[in-house]
Amino acid sequence: MTVWQQARLVERLRETDSAVTLVFEPEEWSGHLAGQHADIRLTADDGYQAVRSYSLAGPVEEGRVVFTVQRVLGGEVSTYLCDDLPVGAYVEVRGPVGGWFVWRGTDTRPVMLLAGGSGIVPLQAMVRQRRALGSRVPFRLLYSVRTPEDVIYADELARPEGGVDVAVRYTREAPPGARRAPRRLGLVDLNTHGWPAEFEPMCFVCGPNGFVEAAANMLITLGHDRHRIKTERFG
Amino acid sequence: MDHFVDGNALAGSLRQVFRPDITTAEARCAGCGAVRPVADFRVYTAAPGAVARCAACGQVTLQLVQSPGALWLGMSGLSYLRFPPPGR
Repeated sequence: MTVWQQARLVERLRETDSAVTLVFEPEEWSGHLAGQHADIRLTADDGYQAVRSYSLAGPVEEGRVVFTVQRVLGGEVSTYLCDDLPVGAYVEVRGPVGGWFVWRGTDTRPVMLLAGGSGIVPLQAMVRQRRALGSRVPFRLLYSVRTPEDVIYADELARPEGGVDVAVRYTREAPPGARRAPRRLGLVDLNTHGWPAEFEPMCFVCGPNGFVEAAANMLITLGHDRHRIKTERFG
Repeated sequence: MDHFVDGNALAGSLRQVFRPDITTAEARCAGCGAVRPVADFRVYTAAPGAVARCAACGQVTLQLVQSPGALWLGMSGLSYLRFPPPGR
């Protein structure tokens, strides 16, 4: 759909101090691929409009679409969506859009997911799509996040289904008793929790610019073909 | 200049112009000749509209401005777009 349509907020769920999952009911939604996103448009009383693109957090269910929005400091759209938009209110949505950063259930290659911060959202959408399809494609998810309190989808990640390996790595503060000191994701983490390049996995990397740049370069260093590395970055 | 997103963010706006998804198209930069998916562009949205730059050399590849009367699309920094067959 390339046109704007009204969507009603039907549910909001707190994920972390700074991330909220929002469930919308659009007028019509024919479905989307895991990893795709949609644009959300807000219009102020004076006619001022702001558009932002957000990743869809999972497959469409009973006509409902799910976003997880991370509050950006000073972000006019994300702060409104996270803090102010009441259940029952309407926004405009346009989508799904983007056919590049997507995982299709028909692709049988192993999948390597590298998430930095709220970059987990489209990647977890792929895990959820795999679950919805009953797919047996082997997945590995490596999630780099600041502190244990910042982990989005913590409960779901704590008990992954068979065939999905999840590793969470902390950059600022690790949980008590953790053996690995907090630090940025390194080659050793990718070596331990990733697929060997010989398995020719599809690699999806999503997160802030610095994270995506570093993670994609590490994958290339480890011998992964750049044509099998797909990235999505946000400022 | 250091705050940017990537070409994936252009998908919604460019669906108004192109029927196939442009973010999956391969674009050749007119500056350095790099051929990469549009999704890999660096997109700066602080300007009025969006300015996309080649991730390899920084050349402006594409500019998109929505004015009250029209949608403007500048593509002088691209030498071609190659669209894959649908469904790939």
